Amino acid sequence: MHGRNLISIWFFIGVLVLVYGVIILGAAFFADHSGARRVVLQELRVDIWWGVLMTALGLLYTIKFRPKKQD
Amino acid sequence: MSHLLPPAFLLLAEGSTLIRLSPVDLAIIVLYFVAVLGIGFYLKSHTKTGDDFFMAGREMTAWVAGLSFLAANLGSLELMGWAAAAYQYGILATHWYWIGAIPAMLFLGVVMMPFYYISKTHSVPGYLKLRFDERSRALSAITFGLMTVLMSGINMYSMALVMKVVLGWDIHFSIWVSSLTVAAYVFLGGLLSAIFNEVLQFVLIWLGAMLVPIVGLIETGGWAGMVERITRNFPGQNYTSLWSTLGSVSDNPMGIHWTGIVLGLGWVISFGYWTTDFLVVQRVMTAKDLRSAKMAPIIGAAFKMLVPFIVIVPGLLALAVLPFTLTGEAEALATGGHSYNEVLPLMLARYLGPGLLGLGVTALIAGFMSGMAGNVSAFATVWTYDIYRALWRKDASDAHYVSMGRWCTILGVLVSIGTAYLVMQFASIMDYVQALFSFFIAPLFGTVILGMLWKRCSPSGGFWGLLAGTVSSIAMWAWVKADPSALRYIAFSPEAKDMAENMYRALWSWLICVGVTVAVTYATKPKPVAELAGLVYGVTPLPDEGHLRLYERPRFWAIVVAVVLAAFNIYFW
Repeated sequence: MHGRNLISIWFFIGVLVLVYGVIILGAAFFADHSGARRVVLQELRVDIWWGVLMTALGLLYTIKFRPKKQD
Repeated sequence: MSHLLPPAFLLLAEGSTLIRLSPVDLAIIVLYFVAVLGIGFYLKSHTKTGDDFFMAGREMTAWVAGLSFLAANLGSLELMGWAAAAYQYGILATHWYWIGAIPAMLFLGVVMMPFYYISKTHSVPGYLKLRFDERSRALSAITFGLMTVLMSGINMYSMALVMKVVLGWDIHFSIWVSSLTVAAYVFLGGLLSAIFNEVLQFVLIWLGAMLVPIVGLIETGGWAGMVERITRNFPGQNYTSLWSTLGSVSDNPMGIHWTGIVLGLGWVISFGYWTTDFLVVQRVMTAKDLRSAKMAPIIGAAFKMLVPFIVIVPGLLALAVLPFTLTGEAEALATGGHSYNEVLPLMLARYLGPGLLGLGVTALIAGFMSGMAGNVSAFATVWTYDIYRALWRKDASDAHYVSMGRWCTILGVLVSIGTAYLVMQFASIMDYVQALFSFFIAPLFGTVILGMLWKRCSPSGGFWGLLAGTVSSIAMWAWVKADPSALRYIAFSPEAKDMAENMYRALWSWLICVGVTVAVTYATKPKPVAELAGLVYGVTPLPDEGHLRLYERPRFWAIVVAVVLAAFNIYFW
């Protein structure tokens, strides 16, 4: 993965996880106002915690493994 | 075509889907498909030579090769199947992850990988050609090709089943959409694309599936609370002991003795699968150097040890928290209840709200697609190099073989689709796959391990041992089908369940393979030692690792993983 200037797989993963994190966070806040289906232990708000975690992880990987300009 | 009747759960009435996805969930699933296809298109321009297409350029890091090695195995069995098995058999299902995988993965990394890697072979059948002769390669390649498309069909069927039961999608539509997506990205980028996507899928599987055990254990008040609830729900049955109930076949829900687990699963099936099944070994062969090739299975083993957390624990949690009992398919259909196979979707629906549910379903789909892609890319390599090039076109150009690889990716997918429809007639997906393992994988392990460690082993010994092991395995399977009472000879008990029978059959076929190989070897001429350099222990100079720091040595990490494995087994005894 280093000999032919391939974009790192971790960059692709970072972008997708970042997008997913933002969507899940948005859905979590929207669910409060939309009367969405309730799940067991809803009060834990795992959707918010997981959304935050994925957004942070995705952002970290996107930045760390972003394609570098060739000299 | 009565033999193609689908199993009971495919006959669920319209509107009986377990959960309904919100637009957010659907967006997450669609984004996943866009991502895997996008990666395929991106990698097409980087996949020009045969080495690129079939071996991913042999430049993967240990981490990428290791995660891909594990992800290729995360097919239908790992998620739906083993969660169902955990509900049915309890924690005993964990044996398939621990003793049934870790020792073999470590053995592959420390002992066998140097020979695969140094020989620069492109496949396991290719190794047999170098070590023995063309006969062994042809037999191995043909049986592997057959097993691969059958496995791929199982993956497709499982994915379509999930979409049918969970989402209410038409099963035929699901088979075609999922399989054509896999065909597209493997066609475009070959093994490179498959590996990239497998690493992506590996991450998504964990992110999507990990919440069920986390929230579930919070609900039950931890492991002890879960065990207490299971004991209360199922008095008199032990679902949470790993070894203590294996002294007698009547003491555990699987109906198996510990010798079957240790010798049948832990030795033959496990070592056969993890060290000679080209589907997984191919990923490790793409490593950039020998140390990475040795580390990759060890990294895979470390993560494999943790997979029961996202697969077995949800099945156990279902025993603890579901207000109803899951049953076999026929009973579920008759009573309008739910079957074992639905346990993971039921748990996802229980704990995951909008968005997270889409992520959970994406994890299932990702698991199925990584397994399918693994089968398809391995099939393309074996078909092109070990069947087409070996038997038909020996001297074509590299571009011709790449083209053949691309098109037989499509062919393999089409054959797999046909297989998916065949698989529908089997009531238990996993038992069927275990039967396949014992047909082909167990004898192959006998041949490879003797060839790798015993320089006297002759080409004829290798071939006839492999053939005898394979034929005897199929014969034993047919014998029990024709006369179920034969179980008392093969599995030592007429009470043995299908899984126990498969394990003992694997053990017998391995023993027959080894016995015939040894007998024929002493009656025939071995290969000259000079031709075995790079292929056999004792005549292959292995690079010294003395200059590496302790934490850089594969052997050190293998010992660490082995110690942790032993600790886990003692804790859950």
